[in-house]
Formats: sequence, C-alpha cells, structure tokens
Amino acid sequence: MSTDDKRRLALEKSMKEHNYEESALLEILHRAQEIYGYLDKELLMDIAQSLHLPPSHVFGVATFYSYFKLKRPGQHVITGCLGTACYVKGVDEIMRAIEKEYNIKRGESTPDGKLSLLVTRCIGACAMAPAIVVDDEMIAKATKEVVLQKIKEVLGGDKPESR
Amino acid sequence: MEATSLNLADIQKIAEQEVDFERAYKYRINVCCSSGCVPLGALKVLKAFEDAVKELGVEKECKVARTGCPGTCAVGPAVMIEPGDYLYQNVTPEKAREIVRDHVVLGLPVKEMLYKNEAFYKKQQRLVLRNAGKIDPQRIQDYIAMGGYSAIVKCLATMTPQGVIYEVSTSGLRGRGGAGFPTGQKWGLVARAHSKPKYIVANLDEGDPGVFANRTLAEADPHAILEGMLIAAYAIGAEKGYLYIRSEYPLAIQTLQKAIAQARSISLLGDNILETGFKFDVELRFGAGAFVAGEETAILASVEGRRAMPRPRPPYPANSGLWGKPTLIQNVETLANIPLIIQNGGVWFSKIGTPRCTGTKCFSLTGKTKNPGLIEVPMGITLREVVFDIGGGVPEGRKFKAVLVGGPSGGCLPDTLLELPVDYDSLTRVGAIMGSGGIVVLDDKSCMVDTAKFFTEFCVDESCGRCTPCRAGLIRIKEIFDGITQGDARVEDITTLEKAGVYIRDASLCGLGQTAPNPVLTTLRYFKDEYLEHIQDKKCRAGKCFKNKEEEV
Repeated sequence: MSTDDKRRLALEKSMKEHNYEESALLEILHRAQEIYGYLDKELLMDIAQSLHLPPSHVFGVATFYSYFKLKRPGQHVITGCLGTACYVKGVDEIMRAIEKEYNIKRGESTPDGKLSLLVTRCIGACAMAPAIVVDDEMIAKATKEVVLQKIKEVLGGDKPESR
Repeated sequence: MEATSLNLADIQKIAEQEVDFERAYKYRINVCCSSGCVPLGALKVLKAFEDAVKELGVEKECKVARTGCPGTCAVGPAVMIEPGDYLYQNVTPEKAREIVRDHVVLGLPVKEMLYKNEAFYKKQQRLVLRNAGKIDPQRIQDYIAMGGYSAIVKCLATMTPQGVIYEVSTSGLRGRGGAGFPTGQKWGLVARAHSKPKYIVANLDEGDPGVFANRTLAEADPHAILEGMLIAAYAIGAEKGYLYIRSEYPLAIQTLQKAIAQARSISLLGDNILETGFKFDVELRFGAGAFVAGEETAILASVEGRRAMPRPRPPYPANSGLWGKPTLIQNVETLANIPLIIQNGGVWFSKIGTPRCTGTKCFSLTGKTKNPGLIEVPMGITLREVVFDIGGGVPEGRKFKAVLVGGPSGGCLPDTLLELPVDYDSLTRVGAIMGSGGIVVLDDKSCMVDTAKFFTEFCVDESCGRCTPCRAGLIRIKEIFDGITQGDARVEDITTLEKAGVYIRDASLCGLGQTAPNPVLTTLRYFKDEYLEHIQDKKCRAGKCFKNKEEEV
C-alpha cells in the first residue's frame, strides 16, 4: 500500500469513528492535519464529500481557526509567541532579527521550503517569556543570539535560499 | 486499569489504603513536570532523582513523584520535598544527587538551593490549587487520598440535586471565566429548564495571551475539574459533558485524557456511577486557535463543529444551548471550586474573600515582575499586594508604570490605582475586567500607546467578523494607532479613538467586542499625556515608537 493510501485510510478511520457526524468536523480536521501536515484544497473537498457537507462549510471552518494550516509548512518551523508577556519581554525584536537574517516575513516560508516563520498567540509559557519554538523544542527566556544560533543548528549548515 | 465496579464506600477505602501506603515513606520528592518546568529540563531532573534514590539505597523510605506546578515558574525546575514543604529552585540533574544525599539520607536540607521567597506564598490562599505540585496528576489514587471524589460521594449519598444547588448558591461563588455570573443561579436556571437531554460544557479555551492558570490546573489536578463536572451534572440532571480545551496545550490534553480513562475504569464516570444509577460521561473537544471561542455562545458553535461565532442572547444557553438543549457552560476554575464547597459547606466558602465576591481567584502573574508564576489570592486583595508583595516589584531597578488586568481586553491601570481591591465590581468600575485572570506588570520601558496598539492588533486578528463595529471599528482604531506611532496624527484623533471605542463597546454582540476597546479607553483615561507627547512632540519616552519605518528596509 502506498503512503497516500495509508494516510487516506487513517483519515477514513477517524471519520468512521466519529460516525461521519457534522459535529466532529473540528476533530476530523485536527486528525487530517496530524496525518498530512496541512490541509490543502483537495483534502478539504474530500472531507466535505465524505461528511456530506457543502465545501463552503468545511472551507469556512478550516479558514476560521488559525490552528489549521492551509499551506505546506517548511521543513523546519520557527514559531514566535506573540502573547502579552512575550511581547512585553521583547519577542518582537527577536522576530525582527530572524526576519532580517533569513529575509522572510511572519507567516512565510523560504522559497526552497526549508524554513517557515510562524507566529502564535500565547503558548502559555508566560513566566518564561519570551518564548520561541524551534521545531518542537521551546526556547525559554529567549534572546536573539540563542535563537539565531539554534536555527543555524537545526538547519545544519545549509543556509536556505532567500529571495 | 481494569474496569471495576465500585460503590460509594469504596472511595473511602481507596483513600485509606493510599494514606497507609504513603505513610510507609518518610520523604516524598515532588518534581514539577508541568509545561513550565519541562522545557527547563524537569524530566531529566525527575530521572536523576529516581536514579539517586536507588543508588543511595533509600527507595523504600523516599518516594519520587511526578507532579504539577507549585506556581513558582520563575525558578524552575522546581522540586518540593515533604514533609515540611521544602521547595528547591533551579534544580539540575547534577544537583539531584546532592539533594537526596543531604536532605533524605542525612536529614539536612540544602539551604543554598532552597526557594527563599517567603512573601510569594504568604499572601496567597491556595484552594483551587490545593493539590497543585503535591499530587501526581496521572494517578487518580493520589487525588482520592487528598479527599478527592469524597464530595461527589457526599452528594450521591446524602444530598438532593436541589440541596447541592442551595449549597453552591449559599457559597456566593461567581463564574471564574470573567463575567462573574452567580454560579448557583446559573445551575438553578438549567435545572429548571424542561427540555432534555441537558449538557455541560467545561470551558478550558484559555485564549487570553498571558494567561496559563487553567492549563496549570488541568496539568496539576485534572480530577478536581472532573469532580466539579460530576457534581454539576448531578445537580442539573445532565448525562453528558464536553470539556473544550485549546489544542495549544498538549500536556494538559494528555493529562485530562488519562484522568478521564482512570475515572471511567473505577466507575466514577459512565452509566452506573458507584452503583447508584447516576449516569454521566465526559468527552474532550479541541479548540483550534480562536480567541472568540471562549465566549459562551461561540463555544457552543465550536463544540457542534461549526465556526466559533457568537449569537444574540436570549435565548440563553441555560434554555437553548448545545443542539438547542439546556446547557450549563462553566469555566474549569469555577468547577474546581465545587468539591470544596460541597465538602466544607457554602457558608464556609462565603466567608473567604469579600461579601460580594467570595472565594479566591487564580492569576497568571507575568511581565516585568520579579516573581512571575501562578498565584491564587483571596478576592479583595489589593493590586499593590499582588504586584509588590507577591510579585516582589519590578526587576532590574526599573520603575513600575502600569498593571494590565484581564488580558487583551482588560485595562491598563496606573500606580494611583494600586490600592484597588481585586474583585469583579471594583475592576469593572475602573475600566478593567477580571477576565480569565491575567496580570501583566509593565515598567517604564513600556510605551502605553504601543501597548494599546498591540492589544488592538490582537483583537483585530481575533474578531470573528460578525458585528460591524467590532470588525471595522477595530481596524479604524488600529489605523489611527499606526498614525500616532509613526508621527502622522492630529490631536483630534484622540477624540475619534474615544468615540470609536465607546461605539464598539456599546454596539457589539459578545464579550470580545464589548471589552476590546478597554486597553484603548483605559490608556486614554490614565495615560493621555503619552498620547499627546506622541502626537505633538513626536516623542516616545519609552523609545518604542517612530522607528518602524527606518528599520524596514
């Protein structure tokens, strides 16, 4: 069985577990994002058909909630926490430094898809602000230097293409 | 655990067994493994303690437990040794062995490593967080040993649903989600609604940036939330509850999933709870990053799998909530208070705090404070006590400037209001809100105009778009702020800001729009001179504004 088939089967299982119920749409989208990494148009159409919902409803829900990613994220993902505590503690400066270093803006990826820079509204690590998440690791009480160094490490030498 | 059918008396037996079991240990080492301490290396510290206890041959007299958060996030990883509640700060795996050797083997606490800040706990009163940092949240027995689930046993064995509601009403408890509606009254409304089935929605969609009280509660003491839901279900006659939690809290989700499974396994949830015929079950629902989903009609839409958009009230959810059925929506902190009220009585609870605002409130204390962390204080404590006594004041020799109470839609309060008692009504009177309990301290390096702009941007992002004043008005406010912070504004803009703020507040449907202008209106009320400085002199005394343009190449 191909990877595609396996993924589709996992999604089908999740929908079946929820009896293809409309009220489970968020749970199903969460699961779909877990399986595929992001929700593209074909996937959302597929879910709409399976749940017998108008595509407009499924697209409406998927675009309403910021947790759902509609674009393929980069290989490495940097997420800056823009919660109040992090903001007060200067997360903006760190974000600007990353933007400058890799010539990308918040919410974008480098053209070669190596690096994405995302923002989130509070991950609840406020006592250790500012917090930056590099892939799955959270950097507490982050500084510009530490974060840039960490990004360099996860990229492993190859600098991503800038525009 | 195998599913076993227990009855009411069995809970007491489990508690006694657990207490005996604990008594066999002379020491108990509680390692905080909550979302705060884990990134600082808490799991390695836990492992190091387990190894050290074995190596030094004291595993029979010393228990190492994985617990939730004692609240001192500033000095994590935190480790507490009982008896005596010795709190060790900034513990590393290397230090673990030394602590076990000196404290456990020799009986001499390692003084240099102890948390010395007595003031942090002195003015706190930990009721909701009674077990936080003391029990293993992944073991239901730990909760039962601390008297957990005895309140639902008491309800089922000796109280009528009306009696439970009476007790909650007597306590004076008000909703901790922010609006402060009397809990007993809400329960009465749902209980009297005729339609069936009835539902409970527990709200753990802590969307306010800068707040982590509910997350910490769920990570440290998940069963307190479940027991509160059980008691509420018994009182109003619900058979199904949904616990709505934001996806950004993976550890809290995991902890709750485990807690629900354990409660089911000993028939504390299910079709025949403790052989009494009482039926109730809880399902988790995951949010997906929408601040507005914390609003009570929006959360209903989200649980039903739709966009989290608020709708007009009435009809109130008490009569027409989930799928048009009577629904009780309650914040998880409110629910965690319930077991205590049943155990100790409503009268006992009503004596804590102030007469109109009883009990305690959890706050996430962050920003420019010496002791950031999670605190729980009696209602009516003054802001000064929170910021200076518990928080220890402003670090790095800076000067206190303002305190932001109530999250992105709260108010910025100046030093002249530091004597204000912290309760629902006093905060509303000065233009702030209790909100879900965020207190952010700002020092003189913060610009009040920039701060108000930051919150407006947040609310622009999070407005669901339903009401025009909120959707379009906030964008207009943001545009004016862009002008003010870039040197392109007139003094008349201040009047426009005030007007727009009042319109948005008065003409929006839900709590988000009604409170979104609060930061703007309070900064205008208390820090108007800074606005004038920006507009007339093009000067920002904190040095935050007027540099965006040059920097962007």
